[in-house]
Amino acid sequence: MPVFKPTFKTKKAYIDLSGINKSPLSLDSREGNFPCPACSAWISEAEIIKNNDFCPRCSHHFVVTARERIYSLCDEDTFEEWDLNLASCNPLDFPDYDAKLDKAREETRLPEAVITGKAFIGGMECVVGVMEPRFMMGSMGSVVGEKICRAIEGALERSLPLILSCCSGGARMQEGMLSLMQMAKTSAAIGRLHQAGLLYIAILTHPTTGGVTASFASLADIIIGEPGALIGFTGPRVIEQTTGQKLPAGFQRSEYLLQHGMLDIIYPRLEMRSLLIRLLTAHQGGRNGQ
Amino acid sequence: MANNKFEFEAAYRLLENKLEELKQLSETLNCDFTNEIANVEKRISQLKAERYRHLTPWEQVILSRDLERPMTRDYIRLLFTDFIELHGDRLYGDDPAIVGGIAVFEDRVITVIGHQKGKDTPENIRHNFGMPRPEGYRKAYRLLKEAEKFKRPVITFINTPGADPGIGAEERGQAWAISQLLLCLSGLRVPVVSVITGEGGSGGALALTIADRIIMLSNAVFSVASPETCASILLRDVKRADEMAEALKLNAPALKRLGIIDAIVDEPANVNLLEATDFVAGLRSCITKHLDEVCSYPLDDLIRQRYQRLRIIGQFHERQL
Repeated sequence: MPVFKPTFKTKKAYIDLSGINKSPLSLDSREGNFPCPACSAWISEAEIIKNNDFCPRCSHHFVVTARERIYSLCDEDTFEEWDLNLASCNPLDFPDYDAKLDKAREETRLPEAVITGKAFIGGMECVVGVMEPRFMMGSMGSVVGEKICRAIEGALERSLPLILSCCSGGARMQEGMLSLMQMAKTSAAIGRLHQAGLLYIAILTHPTTGGVTASFASLADIIIGEPGALIGFTGPRVIEQTTGQKLPAGFQRSEYLLQHGMLDIIYPRLEMRSLLIRLLTAHQGGRNGQ
Repeated sequence: MANNKFEFEAAYRLLENKLEELKQLSETLNCDFTNEIANVEKRISQLKAERYRHLTPWEQVILSRDLERPMTRDYIRLLFTDFIELHGDRLYGDDPAIVGGIAVFEDRVITVIGHQKGKDTPENIRHNFGMPRPEGYRKAYRLLKEAEKFKRPVITFINTPGADPGIGAEERGQAWAISQLLLCLSGLRVPVVSVITGEGGSGGALALTIADRIIMLSNAVFSVASPETCASILLRDVKRADEMAEALKLNAPALKRLGIIDAIVDEPANVNLLEATDFVAGLRSCITKHLDEVCSYPLDDLIRQRYQRLRIIGQFHERQL
């Protein structure tokens, strides 16, 4: 199993969907067509690809893989992946965890739920981390926490800005308290980044919940939300079940969070790269004192 | 403590009832069994204590949630003097699930912050079952900043099912409030000692548990999510929470092995902790020892060490490239 295979060994087309199993969609497939989760229109995968992963009818942002997102954000052929040799073990001997890891690795062809490294965006050098929604819901265990920390330390060493694209179901239950403590570990590391005066931009994509939202994702200088992304701490179903209350329309979506003062800005995915370039430029490249 | 939390207690009750019968019988028959009765009594209480020392993780979860356990206010009363409670986050409100203020501990003025549950249902509703809302974390935040300004060490008491799962809590930025607190505590320039006294539930507990030393009572738990949540998500069967309690490694000895906590204070078996003078003395001396130690470090070293404590947590494979 190619767990440790470098992610970007060969040059790929702008969006490469070959072999990527879009399982959440396939569940409802009807003759190769899928219902858009937002407007329920039946669309084909070809249409989605042609339309850059948006619903052609309502512009709903479909979940894209970490690889695709890196391609859409970074200058071509500039991404240098870090720490791809880190892989999760099963520290608590948690039942079924090994099998789940194997399955996630196979499905995503990634060693873990985050890809980190260094890249150029609009010619400006930065440290970039992108979480992978399909790898165990982008949950944060020891490896995700460690890779985020090393990315932060990499930014500190090189005096580079940090850009993290977040997406997570929260702390990974199978690693117990080791997972929960990654919230503290990453937050502490972000504290050093702020002290050093480096720029940190977080992009919150669908869905960003639990321990990731309550740690590094919400500690950025600038927090950008993708349109319609679910962002929060407790998931909506749990809130509904425990409180018995009906959730307000649009609850925990980007637009709702912007209204409540939690996000700086909402930006469509296709223009995210240009926003990053403008933000980096406004911060003189985001390097401390330069 | 009440003797009906666990099924196994019924067996001991049966034994105790039989012994009572024997006592009465010996009186009516006018035979002297005093020694025998005393021996059996001692044996029963030994067996019971032994059983309480070997609670399963799930039994510990149940015990950690017991409303008869001392709460933060009880520990404040037991351990500190001159407590002055300080209220409110100065932004929105005062969260009754978190209590905080200034107190004196062993001749030191300290800042104390902890989760507060109620002793019964009406009280618990008032305290939101010890589940903090954003204003609770923000109250803690401003009390911590105040402690830093006046160079007061901080002692926190942890006992919460977790963050409040409500609409208002989300609207007011629960995640933002928690991460701010994690960031604040990880760099706070005064010594911090945390004591996990009961239920250490997820992010709501973690928010007050970034410390230079973490002390845990022997029947307290600290978990990424409740065993019930894990069972319903991972096993789709909430009744199998006991299996998850085992798998999550959430009790004090397991967390000490994982390097997450520093010390364990033994709870006596099956007695009200508030009245157990040995236990209170043990807890007091444990906090004193660790507080003295962390107060003796130069501040820069203390902050570096606190960062290192967090930085090394995690287990994974690292293949040589």
